[in-house]
Amino acid sequence: MRAAVVVFPGSNCDRDLAVAFERAGADVTMVWHKDSALPTGIDIVGVPGGFSYGDYLRCGAIAANSPICKSVAAHAERGGYVMGICNGFQVLTETGLLPGALLRNAELKYICKTVGLRVETSASDFTAGYNAGDVIDIPIAHHDGNYFADPSTLAQLRDEDRIAFTYTENPNGAQADIAGILSPNRRVLGMMPHPERAADAGHGGTDGAALFRALTNALTTA
Amino acid sequence: MKARVHVMLKKGVLDPQGEAVRHALGAMGFDGVQGVRQGKVIELDLADDATQADVERMCEKLLANTVIESYSVEMS
Repeated sequence: MRAAVVVFPGSNCDRDLAVAFERAGADVTMVWHKDSALPTGIDIVGVPGGFSYGDYLRCGAIAANSPICKSVAAHAERGGYVMGICNGFQVLTETGLLPGALLRNAELKYICKTVGLRVETSASDFTAGYNAGDVIDIPIAHHDGNYFADPSTLAQLRDEDRIAFTYTENPNGAQADIAGILSPNRRVLGMMPHPERAADAGHGGTDGAALFRALTNALTTA
Repeated sequence: MKARVHVMLKKGVLDPQGEAVRHALGAMGFDGVQGVRQGKVIELDLADDATQADVERMCEKLLANTVIESYSVEMS
């Protein structure tokens, strides 16, 4: 599996994400936001957490219009895999690759703690390493993680089994407790929690590692 | 040519910052504030031939996220 991790000014989880991909067996290339093309042969693009462009205007809005994001969108439209974590999820909603938006947390506080996530579907190459209904412990660290979508979009996400993860105890006001969602072709995942921060025993938990292993399994044999 | 763009969260989208401001006003003794919505004002200096339609395209593509926000444009 060949992975690219996008680096924006203000990204701060890019190296953690690269390490998580590498530990799972991927070859990883870092890609700068001003690059207009992805390296050839990339299977998956990781859009990392952080505060791209200082969260100016809206979280992820300026990153979504950066040169590299046009290539990321084209990669997704060709059926390529994309994974956006935290700020990366915000970027993917701003590009329109995933529906909805991430609003300010309902309690207005930045929240940094480990939370319980329920795996809502194992029917994706991101979540195939879990069973639906599993509860895993993954850290969150965000100020704007309150998932919003209109009622018809929420119904569509449910009907199409595209809710990947929900919070067992909603920390931020997200609608339907949503922590992560999938694109219609199930190859684009956006999630607020940080699986790359729960991928090594030194992190205090390894529940995120199965996500990266499942991806490597799917994309290496493909 | 100048434009002033107002961006607000849509009706029906919870505005927790506006709510916090409303609570603070009440706690300070300003009675009767029944609702507060907080938004943004963006001022643009534009070329003389810029049109309202140009600014609306900027709003659609960047300045507002129309999933959650509405906008209005004043040209002057």
